[in-house]
Amino acid sequence: MSPAHVGAATHCPYCALQCGMYVTREPGAGDGAVTVTPRQDVPANEGALCQKGWTAAELLTGGARLTTPLARERRDGPLVPVTWDDALDRVAAGVRAIQERHGADAVAVFGGGGLTNEKAYQLGKFARVALRTSQIDYNGRFCMSSAAAAAGRAFGMDRGLPFPITDLAGAEAVLLAGGNVAETMPPFMRHLRGALIVADPRETRTARRAALHLRLAPGTDLALALGLLHIAITEGYADEPYIAARTTGFEAVRASVATWWPERAERVTGVPVADLREAVRLLGTARTAVILTGRGAEQHAKGVDTVTAFIDLALALGLPGRAGSGYGCLTGQGNGQGGREHGQKADQLPGYRRIDDQAARAHVARVWGVDPAELPGPGRSAYELLDALGTPGGPKGLLVFGSNPVVSAPRSGHVAGRLAALDLLVVSDLVLSETAAMADVVLPTTQWAEEHGTMTNLEGRVLLRRQALAPPPGVRGDLEILADLAARLGRPGFSGDAGVVFDELRRASAGGIADYAGITYERIAAETGVFWPAPSEDHPGTPRPFLDRFPTPDGRARFVPVDYRPPAEEVDDDYPYYLTTGRVLAQYQSGAQTRRIHALNDAAPGPYAELHPGLAARLGVSTGDMVRVESRRGATEAVARVSAAIRHDTIFMPFHWEGVNRLTNPALDPVSRMPEFKVCAVRVRRPDAPGGSEGERGRRP
Amino acid sequence: MRLVVVGNGMAGSRLAAEVRARDADLTITVVGAEARGPYNRVLLSNVLAGTASPEQVRLPAQAGDGVNVRLGVTVTAIDRAAREVRTADGWREPYDVLVLATGSEAVVPRIPGAGRAIALRTMDDCDRILAAARTATSAVVVGGGLLGVEAARGLAGRGLRVTLLHRTGHLMDRQLDAEAGLVLGEALAGLGVTVRTGARVAAIRARGVELSTGEVLPAGLVVLACGVRPVTGLAEDAGLEVGQGVVVDDRLRTADPAIYAIGECAQHDGTVYGLVAPAWEQAAVVADLITGADPSARYRGSRLVTRLKARSVELAAMGETHLAEDPAGAVEVVMFTHRARGIYRKLVIRDDRLVGAILLGEAPTVGTLTQLYDRGGPLPGDPAGLLFPGLDDAVPADTPVRMPDSARVCECNNVTKGRIRACWEAGARDLAAVTAATRATTGCGSCADAVEGLIGWLCAQEEEVPV
Repeated sequence: MSPAHVGAATHCPYCALQCGMYVTREPGAGDGAVTVTPRQDVPANEGALCQKGWTAAELLTGGARLTTPLARERRDGPLVPVTWDDALDRVAAGVRAIQERHGADAVAVFGGGGLTNEKAYQLGKFARVALRTSQIDYNGRFCMSSAAAAAGRAFGMDRGLPFPITDLAGAEAVLLAGGNVAETMPPFMRHLRGALIVADPRETRTARRAALHLRLAPGTDLALALGLLHIAITEGYADEPYIAARTTGFEAVRASVATWWPERAERVTGVPVADLREAVRLLGTARTAVILTGRGAEQHAKGVDTVTAFIDLALALGLPGRAGSGYGCLTGQGNGQGGREHGQKADQLPGYRRIDDQAARAHVARVWGVDPAELPGPGRSAYELLDALGTPGGPKGLLVFGSNPVVSAPRSGHVAGRLAALDLLVVSDLVLSETAAMADVVLPTTQWAEEHGTMTNLEGRVLLRRQALAPPPGVRGDLEILADLAARLGRPGFSGDAGVVFDELRRASAGGIADYAGITYERIAAETGVFWPAPSEDHPGTPRPFLDRFPTPDGRARFVPVDYRPPAEEVDDDYPYYLTTGRVLAQYQSGAQTRRIHALNDAAPGPYAELHPGLAARLGVSTGDMVRVESRRGATEAVARVSAAIRHDTIFMPFHWEGVNRLTNPALDPVSRMPEFKVCAVRVRRPDAPGGSEGERGRRP
Repeated sequence: MRLVVVGNGMAGSRLAAEVRARDADLTITVVGAEARGPYNRVLLSNVLAGTASPEQVRLPAQAGDGVNVRLGVTVTAIDRAAREVRTADGWREPYDVLVLATGSEAVVPRIPGAGRAIALRTMDDCDRILAAARTATSAVVVGGGLLGVEAARGLAGRGLRVTLLHRTGHLMDRQLDAEAGLVLGEALAGLGVTVRTGARVAAIRARGVELSTGEVLPAGLVVLACGVRPVTGLAEDAGLEVGQGVVVDDRLRTADPAIYAIGECAQHDGTVYGLVAPAWEQAAVVADLITGADPSARYRGSRLVTRLKARSVELAAMGETHLAEDPAGAVEVVMFTHRARGIYRKLVIRDDRLVGAILLGEAPTVGTLTQLYDRGGPLPGDPAGLLFPGLDDAVPADTPVRMPDSARVCECNNVTKGRIRACWEAGARDLAAVTAATRATTGCGSCADAVEGLIGWLCAQEEEVPV
């Protein structure tokens, strides 16, 4: 690795926009003075940053960092500092003991979408080769899996945006279904210049900037898409020449959406027919248009079908694969794109290969120097894995890298119980997250500006995250940790050096859908990022992979007919309101990083429940009062925020704090295994009001 | 098991699809009297209006895939003892489960010359009307219910002079109160439809429609929209109980456990539903029961929402729109009328729930109200907010003067008006200086105008201060 240097050109530690920034240690200043300044040369942000980015350096120097391994003698004992040798020996011994007794699959691995490509790749290899377990999945299952499955089905490739982000500026109309980019990735807003249509149950900051806000009921995005598609076809906006030349399967979709006339879509979604028509008119009359989906549309037990319906709409309008137009999903986590390509997913091998594909297994096994037959098959998906922990047939040991499921998993109270039932929980993190606090062994790891690595942003552009400064003493990189553990488990062949691991990743991905073979650190540096696929070093990379053909066997995009189904849990007399969850600008994911940064906590100090003035009046609460929100799975309390920005039948809570996910519903999408984070039934009352159905049975005031 | 469905309309074809989705093996035979495949009857008035083509309202065909569809075949009898149905062409089809989805037929009033008019019910009727409309210059539509209004609007949109006749005092009297009927009539008048209420038709002559007053309205085309009647003859002949429709229980089952009835031919709990949503709910329940997918599935009745599909006329009506306010306060009625703009809004509230509503003209809350009515949830606070959505919103402080110091100007970097003021007081006099000091405007960039406005306002204030 190159030595730490001053003023490294790197990227933000947070979301998938991966804004370019310089991280500079002030010359002559003490340890505390590290500054962040935005880069102008990175298209995603072109000099912009949000508050999370500006304040990111605080975590490099603040007192929240873990700087020594921790372990506990007994499950109920305290975590105490131990040496690295002691910590790694304990992990290796624990893994060996569990596997000898219960078999290889009794040890599981849980990764994260914030890990670099090198780490994600090495983690998948570590699970399959060093642990020989099939039980590996990651928090990206809770994030991108529905969009990924739908895009793969339709286009033969899942690349978040199949075009450079700068193309968006030329789109005359943009439909954003279930995304609040003004808060989640603010500089993204600078790329939206045309008529913006936002579908969201809340009047978010993004919706307030829209030309048209479709304020649908939670869990009805699929009906919305079907209604829009029906109108697009009946009102003559279908692009027949495009459909004939570039797609298959339109006839079945046309027939199936005949049942989604606008008035029916209105009744299910609550979006007035006039607004449905206006949305289609804006999209259909624009010379260039883009349809984007976010987690609001995707995090449902029908997320794959919902995304499919929006893709069907995009295909009917002739958008994908046409310059300046298209469909894309908004990847969430920093390396949410790269993290889903290189094998930390239960059913995948590097290069976006399927683990049940014999040719893929043979290729990857050759790179790894093992017999293909030794590679395990597909394992459990994220929630199913967490749900199985400590059960008779489930894993007894779990290694967690870059994830905080105690906060971020659905039905999190249950998940915490499963983690507590393990014989061995190992967590690698930079701070003592809620999950790390439960661990038997905690491994303090390097972060972002303290290490080299690549990230693949929401465009599919592979970026170089350069090391800006040396890590604190006592902290090690995840690659090194995995290499050490593998060696202790008798499996050499794992490097702790990012450059070496990346070269191996390139070979492993060669020939796959996400082909990185031609991407080098030098190229990324010289070209400010390289779009995959780039199969050879003289290949220019692929900014717009669908322009000439789609990477399906016949080169055509596939229409897939889908039909609506209601949320897995509907409101009823006992739980009469919808709960939907989301993000706020000043916090990121489970908050493990951002909740430890002073300025961000000032801006967003804690959990809250946004409720409609009418509901607040019924409950007798005002902004600032506490409310208790309960679902069939758990309860939490939060500060009320009364706002007409939310539907009268819905409560919104941000998920950056432990609590709200105790309520969410782990009903899973049959294809992607995505949990239904975005809608469940709840009741709400003042904490001092009597329990029961609502504590608000009286007439309205 | 052999399933036979009589009727290939919206209920019968849906049932076949629902059963097939739950059970890939069950043998399904659908017998349809119409010679064409199933289509979306709800959208026939759109075809009439030219806003949808016949092709576009076709429903997914269930043929193949283990579903045997017999088109243009009339079932003449049910032999319950032998468990088979007989058809006009002499064919017999055995069943284990029989579902009647025979729908309804148009009511044709018994008046002289009725045969000269076309009753609007099927796609064939629609074709005939459109053929006549190509040469006619004027049309009379008899019957001012939902379908009649849609048909009149559609024909007017095609350039015909249209007169809409209705027997009672106001249009759509089943769904609307008198005031709403009046406002609807005015809206239609503005679109070229002459509405005549309290009009009785005596006869249909070659040159037009003769009213009971003797007046003759010239018409090249007469369309009948006088309501429908459930088709129950088969059930009656088979000895099944028939009221207005074929009587069924919560399983949608007749007294014969092998025979179900769904859709417009069925009568559940005293009600015959003439809309598609209940028929589809019923189809799902029957599919759950006969495939065993959910043996506990039951149908408990439907809430009805009527939504007019006519270009430039927005109308939704639901529930008990005729209820009057009662002195004890158990029923509250909230109304707003603005006839000059064609707006009429009415909410009927009982026990804190929305039990009925009429929304005519521009209605931004139509989706909200439909869902409140559908789900029967408690009303959210002041009902006025349900009629005028803007009422719930706080007035934003949009001028720098009214904005409190604590107001966030730049959300992306959490910069308040107070901080910008402090920064200005410390000497920052332009956007670049404020941005450098506070990072305001460096996120999404949308606050740049607001920040510049604040700086300008602060500078202007400074100039006003006498030196």
